[in-house]
Amino acid sequence: MFDKEQLKSIKAKKEEWDCGPVEKVCAKFPERRSVFTTISGEEVDRLYTPADVADLDYENKLGFPGEYPFTRGVQPTMYRGRLWTMRQYAGFGTARETNARYRYLLKQGQTGLSVAFDLPTQSGYDSDHPLSMGEVGKVGVAIDSIDDMRVLFDQIPLDKVTTSMTINAPATVLLAMYLALAEAQDVPYDKVGGTVQNDILKEIICRGQYIYPPLPSMRLTVDLIKYCYEYVPRWNTISISGYHIREAGSTAAQEMAFTIANGISYVQACMDAGMEIDSFGPRLSFFYNAFTNVLEEVAKFRAGRRYWAKIMKERFGAKNPRSMMMRYHVQTGGVTLTAQQPLNNVVRVALQTLATAYGGAQSLHTNSFDEALCLPTEEAVTVALRTQQIVAEESGAADSIDPLAGSYYVEAMTDRIEEEIDEYIKKIDAMGGTLKAIEEGYIQREIQDSAYRFQKEIEANERIYVGINKYTMEEPPLKNLLKVDPKQQEIETEKLKKFRAARDQEVWKSALDRLDEVSRTDENVMPAVIEAVKAKATVGEVCDVWRNIWGEYRPKEFV
Amino acid sequence: MTAKKRVKIIMAKPGLDGHDRGAKLLARVFAEAGMEVVYTGLRQTPEMIVDAALQEDADVVGLSSLSGVHNYFFPRVVQLLKEKGLDDVLVVGGGIIPEEDVAELKKAGVAAIFGPGTRTDDIIKFIEDNVSRS
Repeated sequence: MFDKEQLKSIKAKKEEWDCGPVEKVCAKFPERRSVFTTISGEEVDRLYTPADVADLDYENKLGFPGEYPFTRGVQPTMYRGRLWTMRQYAGFGTARETNARYRYLLKQGQTGLSVAFDLPTQSGYDSDHPLSMGEVGKVGVAIDSIDDMRVLFDQIPLDKVTTSMTINAPATVLLAMYLALAEAQDVPYDKVGGTVQNDILKEIICRGQYIYPPLPSMRLTVDLIKYCYEYVPRWNTISISGYHIREAGSTAAQEMAFTIANGISYVQACMDAGMEIDSFGPRLSFFYNAFTNVLEEVAKFRAGRRYWAKIMKERFGAKNPRSMMMRYHVQTGGVTLTAQQPLNNVVRVALQTLATAYGGAQSLHTNSFDEALCLPTEEAVTVALRTQQIVAEESGAADSIDPLAGSYYVEAMTDRIEEEIDEYIKKIDAMGGTLKAIEEGYIQREIQDSAYRFQKEIEANERIYVGINKYTMEEPPLKNLLKVDPKQQEIETEKLKKFRAARDQEVWKSALDRLDEVSRTDENVMPAVIEAVKAKATVGEVCDVWRNIWGEYRPKEFV
Repeated sequence: MTAKKRVKIIMAKPGLDGHDRGAKLLARVFAEAGMEVVYTGLRQTPEMIVDAALQEDADVVGLSSLSGVHNYFFPRVVQLLKEKGLDDVLVVGGGIIPEEDVAELKKAGVAAIFGPGTRTDDIIKFIEDNVSRS
């Protein structure tokens, strides 16, 4: 962007400035720290100049929105055309209660649904299973059967909303229920839109909701991707997630690197299953975190988009530009919230929302200020949604595309994070791929080391966290926390008993037998899963079919 | 100087909750503080946790839960420990636990609850001050 002579002169003048005025001031008034770093530990210089982006080749590295390498965004007009989808993750208690929350959120201007399932559902257990004790309806809605699903979407037309479901190990089962429900609403499969998370690798790395060993788990992932390519073309078949990697303690660069590493594994698995890269490539989507350091987050998103585009084009030979686009959902950082002075979290979330908007996300969930204490109350959820609306409608952040491009700082940070991603990908490739790196505990340890380093910095007061190690105060506990009815499990168990008694036992049995049979071959399991849930098989019953065949995954622990 | 017996602690994740950042981090911090640490991994029932405490002859059981099941699991672990005659095992907990639940948990025999933002050296100090070494 600058010619050689100009750069030389800028460099020389920067040196003069460093040795002159800066040194003089520092001698009298030392800077607040000897080294400044981002929350991820990236060193931050005093001042960035054109010399820091001397290699910036505009057309090749930045280009234009909607064009390769998509650094500046995946669509030509971005938020000038349509704002990001405001999608609040919600679910608790019974399907009936959650349905009421969804209809409330839609009425408040939310534009997409996002289903939080309780942990038994996520782990493939019915509400009456012994391991479900205490967990039913707690962190999400309890869904055992197609009947629960029908209640969950009562009066919500499935051709008018898109629905994101945070479901991984049993993703095929919940998608099957959703499709069966669409059919019952007379909505054809090709009008159904949404996302399943379906990302089992990050469950194994850090989120913990796995059921089966990695290989059969990957087979379910690929079957779902393949089925949707053929029959549910508007469905996002996977949401490759860095969110939880970051929550577990990773840095921004690690979040992006390990997510891309997982993405590479899924692409390879689909290609190994005989799929064409450009058939499934456009339906891959991603999910990231946004912390409070705005500029680092923006750089992370830009670096990730550029790197993924290159991987898809150069490594996997994608021809369709849509396959090269990293489209992603963002959730603001759960671990950045404090239980202390919880209203401060509103401000953190606002900054994180700004980072997300500047970063060019396709959809966003904003956390509620009370989430370090409990599930969010309706008031807190409303403030969280309004925060998005204020950033979208009032701040101007949505009016020009990728407005931080060209900032010496942001471009230098984008390059640096991209280099770090590249180093990790090369290292993981050399180890034999992601599954190997997970098996050896490499990825887990890298994340845990970062979490440990961060904690030590906080405790040594090297990093300031408002309300935690500075500006603390005595305060009364927050009142009116949301409580889930402890009788939930009884209610669900009772319902389940009736449901099981009322179904046609023969149809049910033969559907599960058929699923068992198909699962032992290479045939796609999806049609048999859809038949099984229509025949009123429960989530737990379908998952048990596979438990019997594949066994359960028990990871090695790396502490 | 008297030789102190090393404190042995079981770090456990009861229920289906997968959030183990805190449990793993504390496992590491406790080990560095000279304790002997056994981390159970995820998806532990109260019975499994108490079995581990028995087998390992643990002095302390640390329970971590972020999914809202503490009111069910924590008292159950305390009760099972009592039934096995392990009354002297110190039980502490942490995670996302509303202030209003803490008194009830303490009444049930959980010695302390450490919420988000607690300093790890405060937790270590609490354990060292309260563990009953035989």
